[in-house]
Amino acid sequence: MLKKLVTGTLDWIDARIPMTETWNKHLAQYPTPVNFNFWYFFGSLAMLVLVNQILTGIWLTMHYNPSAALAFASVEYIMRDVPYGWLLRYMHSTGASAFFVVVYLHMFRGLIYGSYQKPRELIWIFGMLIFLVLMAEAFMGYLLPWGQMSFWGAQVIISLFGAIPIIGDDLTLWIRGDYVISGATLNRFFALHVIALPLALVALVFLHIVALHEVGSNNPDGIDIKVKKGTASAEAKGQFTFHKQYSGKKDIIDAIPFHPYFTVKDIMGVCGFLLVFCGVLFFMPEGGGYFLEAPNFEPANGLKTPSHIAPVWYYTPFYAILRAIPDKLIGVMFFGGSIVILFFLPWLDRCKVRSVRYRSWIHKANIAQFIICFIVLGVLGALPATPLLTMFAQVGTVGYFGFFIALWLYSKNEKTKPLPTRLTFK
Amino acid sequence: MSNAPVNSGRRKFLTLTTAVVGGVGAAAVAVPFVKSWSPSEKAKAAGAPVAVDISKIEPGQLIRVAWRGKPVWVVSRTQKVIDELPTHDTQLRDPDSNEAQQPGYATNSGRSLKPEIFIAVGICTHLGCSPSYLPDSFSEQVQGVESGFFCPCHGSKFDMAGRVFQGVPAPLNLVIPPHYYTSDTTILIGSDKGDA
Repeated sequence: MLKKLVTGTLDWIDARIPMTETWNKHLAQYPTPVNFNFWYFFGSLAMLVLVNQILTGIWLTMHYNPSAALAFASVEYIMRDVPYGWLLRYMHSTGASAFFVVVYLHMFRGLIYGSYQKPRELIWIFGMLIFLVLMAEAFMGYLLPWGQMSFWGAQVIISLFGAIPIIGDDLTLWIRGDYVISGATLNRFFALHVIALPLALVALVFLHIVALHEVGSNNPDGIDIKVKKGTASAEAKGQFTFHKQYSGKKDIIDAIPFHPYFTVKDIMGVCGFLLVFCGVLFFMPEGGGYFLEAPNFEPANGLKTPSHIAPVWYYTPFYAILRAIPDKLIGVMFFGGSIVILFFLPWLDRCKVRSVRYRSWIHKANIAQFIICFIVLGVLGALPATPLLTMFAQVGTVGYFGFFIALWLYSKNEKTKPLPTRLTFK
Repeated sequence: MSNAPVNSGRRKFLTLTTAVVGGVGAAAVAVPFVKSWSPSEKAKAAGAPVAVDISKIEPGQLIRVAWRGKPVWVVSRTQKVIDELPTHDTQLRDPDSNEAQQPGYATNSGRSLKPEIFIAVGICTHLGCSPSYLPDSFSEQVQGVESGFFCPCHGSKFDMAGRVFQGVPAPLNLVIPPHYYTSDTTILIGSDKGDA
């Protein structure tokens, strides 16, 4: 009786929208490579954090007051008077840093396994757009508490646009809506932070996944799991049925359905993530001054810059590049270029082998120096600038851009190892 | 339904003109959205001049006043500081104030109306932080120059006339706002003499 009711309802819905079809195509019959490892946790974790940010963000909006006169006090009100307001706010602020942690690790995974290479260029581009929108989202969110760091951080970043020749000054005036950062700026940043950018973010995540499922997931070996129809053995194809969209024209080898196998694996990832996340949330919500910076506990004062201002940790590598160059326009160009160049990664890497496992030692060394430079720049960007540290930052900047130039040069005729024909477990 | 043959030339023309008219309409609709981000009439009106009383300023002291929401510094320069100004011209980007960062009456060696009182907008010409006033520890930044301004954000350095040193990210000298003395001890900032 109950079963009949359930199947009856499902049939009724399926006759009207493709619910079961979509479920099968993207979850229950989506072929997923069997050898996904640790690095494959971070995509689903990014989705989890996005949900956390949207949910806590909506609730914070119910208590926050977006005006220059009241913003700072309303954040204190949330922290002290709103029941569980402190938890919602710390979930949101810790979530912002967690977002960047998982996104950086997710990008690192794509980098080492060549997941940006043909035919996955658009997945990478959509991912980079997500990263860009995420940076804008976090930047505008940081203005909202209207503390000293909110104010002066926004002052510096908006002034970056002033370096653009001819239109620069008018552009900064237009972005601020005033001659200085003011309530006008705060209100528009609030609107963008709570409506416009989250909408763009969700749309881009949707496109990122549509693009991924169209070409299929890469894997740590970087080889294709879709082979010519009729060439795979019954053992390689395994026991599972995949959606005809994937199995219709190709044989699929070494794959298992996303659901339930990887939903279960990702739930384990979620548990590990939440352990760390809650540890920070409950025991060090300010992240040692790196997630919420000390000067931001003082209300915005347009007459006095704090003695040391640094952006939140997730911007510091790019900020260090900006600071390393003793010229305003060239510095801003390198700053922008350090992000723009990432968009071109699929075309800068001319090697046909995807995974670092089968690539040359020079590629491994190049990735290693890139990661070291990125981390060193990140540390330097959080410290005050001294002549010695500026010199280190200049070396790091050379290493950062050198990665892309070197990659383009050696990848054309790279000496790679032979690829396996089946997925391996290492 | 007419059975007349398709006139593809006319169809293309209609498609194109419809697209153009639609595009112009979309662009026109974008205008209010883009323009609404410009400063409001209220923001534009808030730029009134401010009067500063300097009768109580101590030698070497800096006082900050807000003009158009920006910090404006009024600094009392001692004779020693004034004597020090021409000694480091070779280390500056624009020692003679050739760039129009000041009104004509402040285009002089001290970039001021009176040598002993220096007035400037305290906003770094790099990315808009407010530099710190280092009255006696500036030599840690530039050897042999005792006092000056140091921007904590990106390390730009300015001398006691707001002139930028070489080798720092700031491209220009600090801005000198329009100002004049209404009496020996009162300065009006944000207005030129005769404007009133």
